[in-house]
Amino acid sequence: MLEIKNLHVDLEEEEKTILKGVDLTVEAGKVHAIMGPNGSGKSTLSYVLSGRDGYEVTEGSASLEGEDILDMEPEERAAAGLFLAFQYPVEIPGVGNMTFMRTALNSQRKARGQEEMSAADFLKLVREKAATLKMSNDMLKRPVNVGFSGGEKKRNEILQMAVLEPKMCILDETDSGLDVDAMKLVSEGVNALRDAGRSFLVITHYQRLLDHIKPDVVHIMADGKIIKTGGPELALEVEKNGYSDLLEEVA
Amino acid sequence: MALPQAKQDATEARLSTVSLPQGAAWLTQLREAAIARVREMGLPTARDEYWKFTRPDTLVQAEVPEAALFDEGEAPIFDGVDRLKVVFVDGVFDAEASDDLSLEGLSIERLSDVAQADIHWAKDLYGSMEARGQDPVHRPLAALNTALAEDGVVIHVTGKVSKPVNLIYHHKSTRSDALLHHVVKLDAGADLTVLENGPAAARFNNVMEVDVADGAAFNHVRTQGRDHERRAATHVFARVGEESAFKTFTLTANGVLTRNECVVEMVGDNGVAHIAGACVGDGDFHHDDTVFVTHDAQNCESRQVFKKVLRNGAKGIFQGKILVKPDAQKTDGYQISQSLLLDGDSEFNAKPELEIYADDVACSHGSTSGAIDEDALYYLRARGVPKAIATDMLTLSFLAEAVEEIEDEALRDEINARLEGWLERRRG
Repeated sequence: MLEIKNLHVDLEEEEKTILKGVDLTVEAGKVHAIMGPNGSGKSTLSYVLSGRDGYEVTEGSASLEGEDILDMEPEERAAAGLFLAFQYPVEIPGVGNMTFMRTALNSQRKARGQEEMSAADFLKLVREKAATLKMSNDMLKRPVNVGFSGGEKKRNEILQMAVLEPKMCILDETDSGLDVDAMKLVSEGVNALRDAGRSFLVITHYQRLLDHIKPDVVHIMADGKIIKTGGPELALEVEKNGYSDLLEEVA
Repeated sequence: MALPQAKQDATEARLSTVSLPQGAAWLTQLREAAIARVREMGLPTARDEYWKFTRPDTLVQAEVPEAALFDEGEAPIFDGVDRLKVVFVDGVFDAEASDDLSLEGLSIERLSDVAQADIHWAKDLYGSMEARGQDPVHRPLAALNTALAEDGVVIHVTGKVSKPVNLIYHHKSTRSDALLHHVVKLDAGADLTVLENGPAAARFNNVMEVDVADGAAFNHVRTQGRDHERRAATHVFARVGEESAFKTFTLTANGVLTRNECVVEMVGDNGVAHIAGACVGDGDFHHDDTVFVTHDAQNCESRQVFKKVLRNGAKGIFQGKILVKPDAQKTDGYQISQSLLLDGDSEFNAKPELEIYADDVACSHGSTSGAIDEDALYYLRARGVPKAIATDMLTLSFLAEAVEEIEDEALRDEINARLEGWLERRRG
């Protein structure tokens, strides 16, 4: 599904290398987790994959189902099936949540040569998905993320994911700022989307999210590289001993 | 104070090209008084402080710059609204295209008919608010309009009116020079909405004087469309009585030169005035909103909300003033003017002013210029929305605060739909 090879990335504004050769392959239907200390490059990886400005790829490649994505515009990557659930979802006053999601869905469908979804079908789809995430009508009507609590913003991300049905979902610290109940709700939302044709890359600091969203593979990232890969037990090891042992082990 | 010689000469030269329209004695008197005002003030030049950001020459000169006729290629706005249509072609009333001018709660007449009446209630109003509005800042183009306009509507509103009056303007001659002067008098407790739309002429000088009596409400929603080559100078003058409301909103797209002035005087306690405008400009677009609100009564609220989205070298101007007189205690005055500059070539000039002589007031003003929110743009694109559409969504989002000022939901939807349509059309 997602294949990253020897990815090197610099910041555009300052001379700083963030990613120093990331290799990662996520197979179809699998859930991979990336854990790592602050500043290891986890969020940068998610931004570079989704096409945010401000980063320069100096070496390496990233492809989605065999197609190089690094030369694509962010909207083309989305239409190709890539989705990033933001760590800090953006508030957009004056743009209704429903209008936003419908424009996004129909833009993607158009880009893929599919017919646009009618307003009635769309409404039905969103209502159904929103109900499982316990999102009120009011949240759907309000401007995008405006006046939403931290937990509501994260649920809104998962709602968008459910509506857009991407193939490759990247979750950037989706657990940050969530209380236990919200984490459960969000995780259930994600788990409901697990499917043989859909892959996940879950970026997190903590093991606790992985209790709810069970990963197939866990990677440890440090200083711009994947330094260790293992099964779910690797996350438990981190939880128990912290990152320092692993970092020493590699060094 | 004597005018500078050059200005006096230019004004006299221009006035030598015009003659006052014929009419009843009372109106001739008012027109002569107006032309005397023009002589005294002089016509505006680029050296005037009030015209610092907008060159007035093409609005003043005798020769009208040519403006190509424009096919909107879409159903006129407000077509879906139940309204009374009053149509003008190049500044001349078109009876055929207009509805029968009768509606419960008001009387409506053509200015050219009123001009023939021996005596008419309009004699107390025609040009009166324009004349008051010349102090402390001169608006000579409005006085010129009072002197020379031959057509327009004179409306007397006596009660609540069931549907809006829609002034519709058509442009059919490439060098037309249209002057229209409208007078609206609302009796106590009366309620009227006036809509205006359509390309009016190659050059358009439009004045509307609105007298809002105690407890009355006046709403005004206007669009200035995509007829890019037009030049327009418009003035809306309002006198707002006790417990009454005056609300005006203008949506502008395109136009090489538009100057919209709004002059409001709060003369009764507990009155409300909202003046708002949204515009989207592209290329050699020049749009000037000049607003002057005077608080001369207690406990009144005034809001000025102006938003401009500019790109490809478009220019936007806002000059807004709130004047609070000594006895206008408990005034609540608010003014915001903001521009969204989509590129580095575009320009926004703002001159916000507060002048306050009362000591117990709450007045605030703000003005900002900014680029598009890159985080929001990225967020929208990351969800699959193409850059051009995402930019337009953020444009709508930026303009929303001004559009929200329209009280009537159906009219607000109409304006939003038109705005979206214009942006979509522009994307191609």
